[in-house]
Amino acid sequence: MIKAILIFNNHGKPRLSKFYQRYVRGRASLYCCNCIHSGLIGGSDNKLIYRHYATLYFVFCVDSSESELGILDLIQVFVETLDKCFENVCELDLIFHVDKVHNILAEMVMGGMVLETNMNEIVTQIDAQNKLEKSEVSHICHWYQCALIVL
Amino acid sequence: MALKMVKGSIDRMFDKNLQDLVRGIRNHKEDEAKYISHCIDEIKQELKQDNIAVKANAVCKLTYLQMLGYDISWAAFNIIEVMSASKFTFKRIGYLAASQCFHEGTDVIMLTTNQIRKDLSSPNQYDTGVALTGLSCFVTPDLARDLANDIMTLMSHTKPYIRKKAVLIMYKVFLKYPESLRPAFPRLKEKLEDPDPGVQSAAVNVICELARRNPKNYLSLAPLFFKLMTSSTNNWVLIKIIKLFGALTPLEPRLGKKLIEPLTNLIHRALDLLYGMVSKKNLMEIVKKLMIHVDKAEGTTYRDELLTKIIDICSQSNYQYITNFEWYISILVELTRLEGTRHGHLIAAQMLDVAIRVKAIRKFAVSQMAMLLDNAHLIASNTQRNGICEVLYAAAWICGEFSEHLEESNQTLEAMLRPKVTTLPGHIQAVYVQNMVKLYASILQQKEQAGEKEAAQEITQLMVDRLPQFVQSADLEVQERASCILQLIKYIQKLQIKEVPVAEEVIALFAGELNPVAPKAQKKVPVPEGLDLDAWINEPPSDSESEDEKPKTIFHDEEQRHSRHRQPEIDEEELARRREVRKQEQANNPFYIKSSPSPQKQYQDTPGVEHIPVVQIDLSVPLKVPGMPMSDQYVKLEEERRHKQKLEKDKKKKKQKKEKKGKHRRHNSLHTESDEDIAPAQHVDIITEEMPENALPSDEDDKDPNDPYKALDIDLDKPLADSEKLPVQRHRNAENLKSPDTEAPLVGKKSKKPKKKEKKRKEKEQEKEKKKEKEKRVTEEGKKKSSKHRKKKHKKEKEEKSKDKKKSKKKHHHGEEEPAESVQNGTLDDEPLPVRSCAALASLGWRGRCTYDIQGNLQNDSQVTVSVIFENKSTSFLKSMELNVLDSLNAKMLRPEGSSVHDGIPVPFQLPPGISNEAQFVFTLQSIVMAQKLKGTLSFIVKNDEGSTHEKLDFKVHFSCASYLITTPCYSDAFAKLLESGDLHMSSIKVDGISISFQHLLAKICFYHHFSVVERVDSCASMYSRSIQGHHVCLLVKKGENSVSVDGKCNDSTLLSNLLDEMKETLSKC
Repeated sequence: MIKAILIFNNHGKPRLSKFYQRYVRGRASLYCCNCIHSGLIGGSDNKLIYRHYATLYFVFCVDSSESELGILDLIQVFVETLDKCFENVCELDLIFHVDKVHNILAEMVMGGMVLETNMNEIVTQIDAQNKLEKSEVSHICHWYQCALIVL
Repeated sequence: MALKMVKGSIDRMFDKNLQDLVRGIRNHKEDEAKYISHCIDEIKQELKQDNIAVKANAVCKLTYLQMLGYDISWAAFNIIEVMSASKFTFKRIGYLAASQCFHEGTDVIMLTTNQIRKDLSSPNQYDTGVALTGLSCFVTPDLARDLANDIMTLMSHTKPYIRKKAVLIMYKVFLKYPESLRPAFPRLKEKLEDPDPGVQSAAVNVICELARRNPKNYLSLAPLFFKLMTSSTNNWVLIKIIKLFGALTPLEPRLGKKLIEPLTNLIHRALDLLYGMVSKKNLMEIVKKLMIHVDKAEGTTYRDELLTKIIDICSQSNYQYITNFEWYISILVELTRLEGTRHGHLIAAQMLDVAIRVKAIRKFAVSQMAMLLDNAHLIASNTQRNGICEVLYAAAWICGEFSEHLEESNQTLEAMLRPKVTTLPGHIQAVYVQNMVKLYASILQQKEQAGEKEAAQEITQLMVDRLPQFVQSADLEVQERASCILQLIKYIQKLQIKEVPVAEEVIALFAGELNPVAPKAQKKVPVPEGLDLDAWINEPPSDSESEDEKPKTIFHDEEQRHSRHRQPEIDEEELARRREVRKQEQANNPFYIKSSPSPQKQYQDTPGVEHIPVVQIDLSVPLKVPGMPMSDQYVKLEEERRHKQKLEKDKKKKKQKKEKKGKHRRHNSLHTESDEDIAPAQHVDIITEEMPENALPSDEDDKDPNDPYKALDIDLDKPLADSEKLPVQRHRNAENLKSPDTEAPLVGKKSKKPKKKEKKRKEKEQEKEKKKEKEKRVTEEGKKKSSKHRKKKHKKEKEEKSKDKKKSKKKHHHGEEEPAESVQNGTLDDEPLPVRSCAALASLGWRGRCTYDIQGNLQNDSQVTVSVIFENKSTSFLKSMELNVLDSLNAKMLRPEGSSVHDGIPVPFQLPPGISNEAQFVFTLQSIVMAQKLKGTLSFIVKNDEGSTHEKLDFKVHFSCASYLITTPCYSDAFAKLLESGDLHMSSIKVDGISISFQHLLAKICFYHHFSVVERVDSCASMYSRSIQGHHVCLLVKKGENSVSVDGKCNDSTLLSNLLDEMKETLSKC
């Protein structure tokens, strides 16, 4: 099982944090490094698997049932998917669209279990959901425009 | 009242969204906490609103704050409200927030049960999906109990997307509500055979997790998993299954045996990677690791696999990576310990190759081979049908051929004459017999020279005694050679008895060194001057010769006439026909010896070896040939040697440095060893030795002129030359280029030629050509990329994003209708201006090209026209094209009245293959101070012989700030007044490393950024432009030695800074 997925930059600023197991944390966790130390490493069945891309660290905290190579592969798929969805992803994309990153992640990992590793499939689902969202949003915008005109 | 409410919500619409919040936090680095608490207050206000969109926005922001460590549990109820929104957009935000902050202790969580149940049964699969995802994070025992049944139903949903999520979440349900495991398990098992690989993978995941607890429950599934393992290509699933088997094998030992085969296949793939990995530095280390595996390996197949890999890796590219051949020989000798391998001949071939070609190693090789011969009983002991005994072939030959290097010749000769040898396969015995004579000859010579006559006779006697056992051999070759040699030796014996010195004559039998010859050596021999290989040495005999055997005719005249006639008649065709006939005859003639493969070749793929049944041998005694060197020691030795070399080198360097007064002492310690630094222990100049003298150094003949892939032999690292650039299609304006606006100031004042009044055009060319699959893709990116794209750090090949279509799309733009835009631009002398995009690529990989150009519209201060040229490059007919752009708050596509915002605009034409046409789209903009990027979709129907398909294409239109500018002339006095007015904001940039001429530089600014030159003095120029909304933009451009500084003034500071940023981008490419 995957216990947590964290993305932070070279300075330790969190860019995404997703915990699949509850743990108590305080304000100290502003910096991810701290929260890993305080909350996760304590257990015996934990290992941290990470890859470093440009300015970002992608850290997966997993238990012994996961293979290191498998997780590394998964991180690669994750990053490639981000790259595809954001068109040349960079740290700024993650900063401003953390919700989208969460949505993408949700198509790959669900409740700490790996859901899908096929990038094309992930992207298809993300696109379909975005399209659905767009159609809804444009409905709303349209409604507001009409309202504006009335006013 | 109602109106007020609506108005209120509209105001809310322009509240901070997540991006604004993030930006705000970044802008308040000093008082972040204060800013955030202010934001939280705002959020609280927003949450009080009735409008669900506002609430969702607030919750979205809270989710972000939660990541930063702020407690948001107080908003749990609001989160549930957003979760229950009807729109997917909001629902997703709600569930995300819930998954981030809900836990078992959250009391309101029980309120969600019904909502979740409702979502699970929603007709929209994404509603269901998002609910499952959320639930997986905050499922509680209560929720698990209440929803287990619903989820179980979903496991058989029609959509695989739902099925896989349902399967996966079952694990969470089992954890919280273990009672559900037994009833759900049969269905879970079914899912292992689901047609969808995603669902399969999910089921494997769940069962693997479950199997950690009580593996024996899942033993019955082993066959199913075994099937999956052999059929699946999904790495993730494979890893999981292997893990699972790891848990299962202790319970069922028989499983282990079954697993060897598929696992070996996996390892096999990994071994292939080793090829590329090796270098001089790591070869020994890698081979050492492989040798350990060889020792441990259980299956013969796998062991053989490793063996061939070791040899392949070592021998690749002419032993390029071997620095120490002694090491390699000892590796080969160690490999002979492998009983039951099929690859004895491979090892043998390597031994021969190395011993023959590497002269320096011969002494060592011979001593090793002698040892092998001495221990032949170990190698061939168990069965004569043992593949490994092939190495004795090599050993015997090497010992015989290079017998002068042998130290204990007698002992080796005796070893070769042992009775046991007769159990070896015939072809090996034959080599034994032949080579023992060589050995005998050299011993004889030694003894005679030393004057030990008795010893010489003794050795002859030994031969005479032992050879008869070979004479009786059932193998013809062995028998023949042995009897022949026996007679020879008996004759020598007679001479010896007469005390005649014979050694010289015997040794003469094997005189001359056997040199290796490169396969291409013959070709490389230069043709001596004056020799024409094509010329006839003798005139070709006429065919009449063959007729000579015919009974001579009495009609002499006739025959003469015949032969005279015939000669010119023999043409190619005739010859070919005759050759054919001859071949036919030969084929039918059993006495005709047909050409056969060379003996060497025959040996290499001796059919007999392949067919020898491989018998597994139980090697209870570890086979360690006494006195054999272990290759391991070479690894150490090599390290020491390298270390020494390095030290020596360092010493030399130090000396040099001392001379240089040790300026860079630091550097020395940082010296890293590169591949080139490692000098091989033996200098092996294989190639030159094996080539004839005067061999032509050219390697041309290495390349087969008929090689179909020859064209691909291209150095891709070389920078592209101008001539190599792919042709970029430019849009030529066919219309009248004369613009009415002729008074526009000329940019290059010094230009001598009359300037063409060319219509201004900005162009983005990004061309992608994707050839059919498997073909190499060649890409040339447009010269200019939009700034946004370049900022991205992960540089990923764009073409990956393009669909697997053959064509590319290009957008192009220019606006014909507005007179203003025909303002003339700085075309300079003859220098062509690079094509350029004002915007990002529109989209790639379509069945055609699409270029676009954005032009401001003077008549309307908030409109720009985008002209798109569609070009169909496919062979299909394209029709029903519709272009739609997703409006942003700032930019909207102007649609016909009555159509909704998500309606596309139909393109008013169809495109037959190879045709291009242009359509214009008008966009309205609210603010032009910032660049815009709009996303859009082009949908169209592709019609060809096979039918028609509906396709879609996403693209982006980039409105740069420069595209809002319209080149407007300005006189210097007006310009001065403008500057004096003082209500302009000022900003400046400086760009270094500019090498182009100032004139060209100005032209670029004019061209790309729509400015006109007001005045130019030496390397200083003032420029002016106007935005469609009437902003004045003034520039002062100064060129320094290598840099350019641009001071800008504008009514709007944001616009100015954006413009300058864009300009910087352009200039930095100069």
